[in-house]
Amino acid sequence: MGIDAFRVLSPTAILGYGFPESSFARGMGKKPDLIAVDAGSTDPGPYYLGSGKSFTSRPAVKRDLRIMLKGALNAGIPLIIGSAGGAGAKVHVDWTTEIIREIAAENSLRFSMAVIYADIPKSSILKAAFEGGIHSLDSGPEFRINSIDEAVRVVAQMGLEPVLKALKSGFQVIVCGRCYDPVPFAAPAIQKGYDPGLALHMGKILECAAIAATPGSGRDCVMGTLRAESFELEPLSDARRFTRMSTAAHSLYEKSDPWMLPGPGGFLDLSNTVFEEIDDRRARVSGTRFVETRPYTLKLEGVRRVGFRSISIAGIRDPILISRIDATLDSVRQEAVAGRDERFQVLFHLYGRNGVMGPWEPERESPCHELGVVIEAVGPDQQGADWLCAEVRSTLLHCGYSGRKSTAGNLALLYSPSDIACGEVFSFNIYHLMNVEDPLAFFPIHAQEVS
Amino acid sequence: MRLIPLSELASVIRSKNAGPHVLTLDVLFSRQPDYLRLKQMRFFSPDRVAAAYGISTDQVLKVVYFDPAWAVKINLMRPLTSGDVGDSDVYGAQQHAPLFTLMVPEAQAINGIRIR
Repeated sequence: MGIDAFRVLSPTAILGYGFPESSFARGMGKKPDLIAVDAGSTDPGPYYLGSGKSFTSRPAVKRDLRIMLKGALNAGIPLIIGSAGGAGAKVHVDWTTEIIREIAAENSLRFSMAVIYADIPKSSILKAAFEGGIHSLDSGPEFRINSIDEAVRVVAQMGLEPVLKALKSGFQVIVCGRCYDPVPFAAPAIQKGYDPGLALHMGKILECAAIAATPGSGRDCVMGTLRAESFELEPLSDARRFTRMSTAAHSLYEKSDPWMLPGPGGFLDLSNTVFEEIDDRRARVSGTRFVETRPYTLKLEGVRRVGFRSISIAGIRDPILISRIDATLDSVRQEAVAGRDERFQVLFHLYGRNGVMGPWEPERESPCHELGVVIEAVGPDQQGADWLCAEVRSTLLHCGYSGRKSTAGNLALLYSPSDIACGEVFSFNIYHLMNVEDPLAFFPIHAQEVS
Repeated sequence: MRLIPLSELASVIRSKNAGPHVLTLDVLFSRQPDYLRLKQMRFFSPDRVAAAYGISTDQVLKVVYFDPAWAVKINLMRPLTSGDVGDSDVYGAQQHAPLFTLMVPEAQAINGIRIR
């Protein structure tokens, strides 16, 4: 290794969540070797992959990117963006690069940019399925061949290999489609010869920025310093610190097993990991190993469209209606779906009674004095969903029930207009592992000169 | 043995998705002896967790103890995939409340001194 440490600045947990410019400036003052940011997750649900939209707003992403781009270009260090646009499909990546070009034009910036797409062709998934190369994951459902046709689009998390390849060509900015979260933070260090286990584990923590610090925050900058035998984490605002506990606890966050964190081509083994405090602000981590596994697998993420949604939000304060709520809602639902086919669904979400936990709610009979009701209608098109929602809302507003005294109206409707068209509804239908021979095969790199 | 709510011993009790099909519960203890005692007892059995949530034992996928954070992780199979029609918690971030009131054995007093 030519240098004794590799410093990575992580400005924010998700591109578009924001960060204080003071923390960023403090980070730049420490002479980082890389700025990296994760832009994506499946956590916001299937909608964003299906609709092609970002779950962060355009002005927020533009603001964050402007500061990062200027910082990276001024310092002559690379900027790497993972899972661009949130879900990381081509439409999301192109949305991101369009913002980058706009920033470049407005600020007279010139640089070379690599764009790495992560969309997986359906024909390749079909071929893998016939060869027995698709596997279920996390007790998820078995793979169905029909899912391929039904999917709106499918992406896979790229591993280190495509980013390493782009780095070899010396791009200043790398925009990745769907990407294993730690990769943008780890790849440049691994290219320089640092240990992949430590680099990826540091990336795992940095991709959440200050979430692993205490007090945690998704919108503050942190610095990771990778050395030959360990890495260090340092907050970039005086309000937070990394403790042994806050760092160790992050290994659990959103993971199914903290001892073994799987990713493309292998897993992180934490069985010998040591978490320590350096001082009252910084923590040190050592002992994590990366274990290669073969066949090399990619995690596929795909969604299908199930229909369109319309909702209406209201409150109920009448004690007699609250005492008869189940029977009343049942009869309204029956009336609404009668004569419609199974593509139409009516759901009631009752906040104040099992609205959050549904079938898992242990306190099923707690008394309440008011109920929040979300009326949800799903149909095969928006007009159908709107119609169904309006019909359910007006029926519920005026329907009689046994013992009724409040004969003028059953709902405190929150808004005018009372009904909200929510657009398309999607469902994850592919969340499976696919064997691949070549980790680069599905991640083409496109070079672009931005000026 | 006196029983106390888990919330009195834990500094963190949280839930979140681990992928769209799995809900993961994390309990982090404030004091190492409490963690070690409950780990030694294998207190967080699938049966106990299932009873707290009113679900069947086979929906409890895994219980993992993690010494570096004095933590136990419990994975549950989601009743619905995240974001499916009918799902009420897309991020799975508000499914942890039944653990607050899970009754756990307090440290036993020896010679009148409570061991913690």
